[in-house]
Amino acid sequence: MSSAVVSTSAAQGRPFVFVAEKDAEVCPQPSGAELFAEGRPPQRTSSDSAFSTSAFSISKGARLASVTPASRLAVRPVPEMVSSGIAAMDGLTGGLPRGCLTEICGPASSGRTTLLLAALAAATRRGECCVLVDASDALDPHSAATAGVELDRLLWVRCGETSPERSLEQLLRVTDLLLESGGFGLIVLDLGDLPPQAARRIPLTTWFRFRRAVEHTPTVLLAVERQSIAGSCSSLLVKLGLMKMGMMKLAESGNQASEPSMDSQNSLPTHAQLLTELKMTAELVRSRMDRKPVRSAEITFASKTAWAG
Amino acid sequence: MVLTIRYWVLFMFACIFVPNFPVAAVFRAEPELRARAVAIFEGKPPLEKVFAVNENAGRAGIAPGMTKAQAELCSELTLRPRSLLQESVAHAALLDCAQSFSPRVEDVAADTALVDLKGMESLFGSLPKIAHNLFRGAADLGLDGNVAVASNPDTAVLAARGFGGVTVIPPGQEAESLGSLPVEVLFGDRIEGKKQEGKQKEGERGKKSECLLATLERWGICDLRSLAELPEIALSERLGQEGLRLQQLARGAASRTLVPVEAPAVFEEAIELEYPIVLLEPLAFLLNRLLEQVCARLAARALNTQELRLTLALQNLTGVDPQLETFGIPSESDASQGVQPRLPAQYFVSGRQSKFCRTLRLPLPMLDPKLFLKLLQLDLNTHPPGAPIMKIHLTAEPARPRSAQGGLFLPPSPEPEKLELTLARIAGLVGEARVGSLELLDTYRADGFRMRGFTPEGLPETTRREAAAEEKSAVTALRRFRPPLRATVTLENGELVRVVCSKKKEVQGNVLWKAGPWRSSGDWWERGAWARDEWDIALQNADSVALYRLVHDLLGGSWFVEGTYD
Repeated sequence: MSSAVVSTSAAQGRPFVFVAEKDAEVCPQPSGAELFAEGRPPQRTSSDSAFSTSAFSISKGARLASVTPASRLAVRPVPEMVSSGIAAMDGLTGGLPRGCLTEICGPASSGRTTLLLAALAAATRRGECCVLVDASDALDPHSAATAGVELDRLLWVRCGETSPERSLEQLLRVTDLLLESGGFGLIVLDLGDLPPQAARRIPLTTWFRFRRAVEHTPTVLLAVERQSIAGSCSSLLVKLGLMKMGMMKLAESGNQASEPSMDSQNSLPTHAQLLTELKMTAELVRSRMDRKPVRSAEITFASKTAWAG
Repeated sequence: MVLTIRYWVLFMFACIFVPNFPVAAVFRAEPELRARAVAIFEGKPPLEKVFAVNENAGRAGIAPGMTKAQAELCSELTLRPRSLLQESVAHAALLDCAQSFSPRVEDVAADTALVDLKGMESLFGSLPKIAHNLFRGAADLGLDGNVAVASNPDTAVLAARGFGGVTVIPPGQEAESLGSLPVEVLFGDRIEGKKQEGKQKEGERGKKSECLLATLERWGICDLRSLAELPEIALSERLGQEGLRLQQLARGAASRTLVPVEAPAVFEEAIELEYPIVLLEPLAFLLNRLLEQVCARLAARALNTQELRLTLALQNLTGVDPQLETFGIPSESDASQGVQPRLPAQYFVSGRQSKFCRTLRLPLPMLDPKLFLKLLQLDLNTHPPGAPIMKIHLTAEPARPRSAQGGLFLPPSPEPEKLELTLARIAGLVGEARVGSLELLDTYRADGFRMRGFTPEGLPETTRREAAAEEKSAVTALRRFRPPLRATVTLENGELVRVVCSKKKEVQGNVLWKAGPWRSSGDWWERGAWARDEWDIALQNADSVALYRLVHDLLGGSWFVEGTYD
């Protein structure tokens, strides 16, 4: 048996597998002519000839069924990307990948729900059926309608039990059922209000199972949480943060809107103001879409309030 | 010169006859009894008498007319009470089978159906093939019947009653084919009686038939050939018109038109249990059988169903207030979070039994007994009957099958059958009212929406132009706290200074920024009037700044944090 074969099998920790019906396909023994061509004269000592004969006969009938040369490995195709509903986000990540798990994490008021609703709006506009598995029963229907979500195409599952553990258990079982059923364009798991210590209790094997379930399907699986909990199971990880708020100062007389100005967060205004927009930052922490390692990239995007016009 | 063209039109009729119909109806509901000795009894206790027996019971010495007590002496005998509901269901199945072959069906008797086969040969093949298909169709619906095909209805009926299996009588050979049959076959409907006649007429008719039969027996007329050979004038002098009619029947020369009937589109199956069922597993076994029978009948008429109604008769329901007519209906007073569930369990208390009803409404017409069984199981797991079950009654509302054309470029959508099952399973986990799609209510009340069923089928397809339509800029969303968090607010000179929520530790801090108040109110003409002031505030958390919506209930005076802008 050739040393290349031995070392490969040993490195992989697999026992040698022999299939005697066919000749060896991997690492065939070079003939004398080939050895001459490679510049190595054939060695014909008595012990060597006996060894080479036995090795040749073994390898002739041997076949390592479980070893595939690297040259024959299939290239995994790049998944289809769909719009997230926010142009700046699409520019950063290329969109949301189908058949993969995407994580969006950030603290409160970092724009997670805005991004979630924008993704749902984009998916329902494409005519796809979507599901929102809401661990904390936090969806605001009016915000969803204002964001452009077609409510008829959205299936809302409200977990919202008294204890986070029970909510989590419901969320995981519901997700299993939905992934088994299939046919949805976007499945969103909203873990945004769960305490991080409760969310971290989800074992990685569960995330791995979810990822395997959506693989080779057109479903986008999106998880929204405070901190990243899926580890390497997610193909895309985006971190959000609140940069600043935009507001409009209303003049004291007649409540006429003045020029909109961007104030810092620490001012204490004395008269009524109108929250007009939020500016968020988004950092691409991990992406398995490209072959080369991704550099952390950051963008900012703004979201307007419903009453800002 | 008159040219006369004669058209010879060949009329053919098929008759399906189910012998020993009351026993056949029981066997249809309980197929496992076919191999046993079975007797059907009827009457009021203690005067119950055996009404019908099967072959095995006959061999064991049990005969109609015996008292129940006498019959019970036979240890191998299985006794069943006569169930008119089961018989009517079996009769409906018989008509469904007939109508699956021809729209012109006559309802002759409870155990007999006539089918006009005119024009059916081009659809279903030759007459023997049609007859065999009819036989098989009846067997698929649980009825072991005889099928006969002849050129006139009465001959077909006599042949089906007299000959077992499948019989095809070629035109012109009616007398020869019927000759060997006993004369009793002419009086076959004296046992079952005509459907439309009352009991009194049935009794008179029966007496007359008994008289005629006795006369023929006295004359030594045992078979139809002998009756056919009698001289007509002498027969009419002795037996009158009825005698002539019987002779015509015996010769196979009687002709009449078919009286077609529109079979009612009622698809129901029922079974009465010998002993009450307590567990859901054996109930599922029986439900499976009933569902398969209902679906087979619907398939025979090329129909689907969109609603299934299950009614269980419960035994001695105790612990429920008899004045309580309905049970488990969710409150409809909360308009902001109104719920439209499926029909809840309803208990009707009547006498010693009470009825438990569940209705399963499907989003689309379907015909999958396994799916229906699974949905019913999930529903019963969530809403168990609560008492032993004595009787099961299943009704399916017929609906036209859905027709949908698939497309190559349509976006992914879940299969309706799989989706329905998934939704039922999810409803079992989170509750029926907590899964579905949203409907906004026409109100300014906060959180004014309603949950309804999720039915993606039938939604208009999105064109590519609409999908690629201008992308709106992102809209700041609100994440709600349900229920809203009660807050303690510190005011200084009427200004918000500090907010603390005891239930959620991270929602507390000094107010860095605020916008408001924005006042709204409504429903002042109703009980649920509301009035509130809203602020958008920024609080300093441990990690960062977060934006919240703070609400002051003007009627109650409390402060709440309603949600966070995220």
